[in-house]
Amino acid sequence: MQWASWSAFFNMGGYAFYVWFSFGLTALCMAWEVIALRKRRVEALRLSKLLAQD
Amino acid sequence: MNINWFKYSSPQTFYPLAGKMTPWFAWLATILAAAGLYISFVIAPTDFQQGEAYRIIFVHVPAAWMSMVIYIVMAGWAALGLALNARLSAMMAQALAPTGAIFTLIALVTGSLWGKPMWGTWWVWDARLTSELILLFLYLGFIALQASIDDPRKADRAGALLALVGVVNVPIIYFSVTWWNTLHQGSSINMSAAPKMASTMLLGMLLMALAFWMYTVAVALIRVRCIMLERERSTDWVKQLSAKVAVEGRA
Repeated sequence: MQWASWSAFFNMGGYAFYVWFSFGLTALCMAWEVIALRKRRVEALRLSKLLAQD
Repeated sequence: MNINWFKYSSPQTFYPLAGKMTPWFAWLATILAAAGLYISFVIAPTDFQQGEAYRIIFVHVPAAWMSMVIYIVMAGWAALGLALNARLSAMMAQALAPTGAIFTLIALVTGSLWGKPMWGTWWVWDARLTSELILLFLYLGFIALQASIDDPRKADRAGALLALVGVVNVPIIYFSVTWWNTLHQGSSINMSAAPKMASTMLLGMLLMALAFWMYTVAVALIRVRCIMLERERSTDWVKQLSAKVAVEGRA
């Protein structure tokens, strides 16, 4: 274990901004991609269902 | 084992298979990421030169690897689509491009976030950084080119040509740190030499890379299913499938 306390962990030896921005951005990008794909899938299914009813 | 691979080369038969495979890759990605993050933040020691800022490499290096791996796989699918005139291959290439672009962006931004405290600058025009930026433009160009051509088969061919020409950039990125005198450091992992970093750091990086890889497969499978639904909208199999969705609520 590298950390004396939770605040030491969040502080990242003074590099908190750089470290958490990096990991946060990565997580956000992945979350955004998954949500965007879910929307795209719902929309694609909705459109093909409309077309199938014609 | 005798698997008829051609059976799965049509969108109609690949669609349900891709749907069954997705959760497995999603779970693998989650488990590997959890293990990778644990090692990155709890097990891996503080770097004696870079302090805690070095932990950025646990996302930076895997993202940079994936940006190159995805491009090669994408170009491979595109080439296969071009050679065999197979529409599933072209769809796979199309499904990989946005994820490749995202990993390239992550590699560039996290590299910048590492560069500022360590080099004292967000950006330098050295060979490694510049060629990685060109990779981002290649992905965006591939996506834009395909989106701008209405006929999907023509879009596939044009995209495939762009993807194949762009492949030359990947070895340039990879070898840039040995071919030129770059500010960017050399390879993190060298096949012909013992690793220069602590084994826990290496393990964390490998686990994160595997997690990103499994994530890529999962999202590419989801996206290729969307592309199939969109492009084959007027075919009987999509009509039958979407009719079933109304009954079961899922497909």
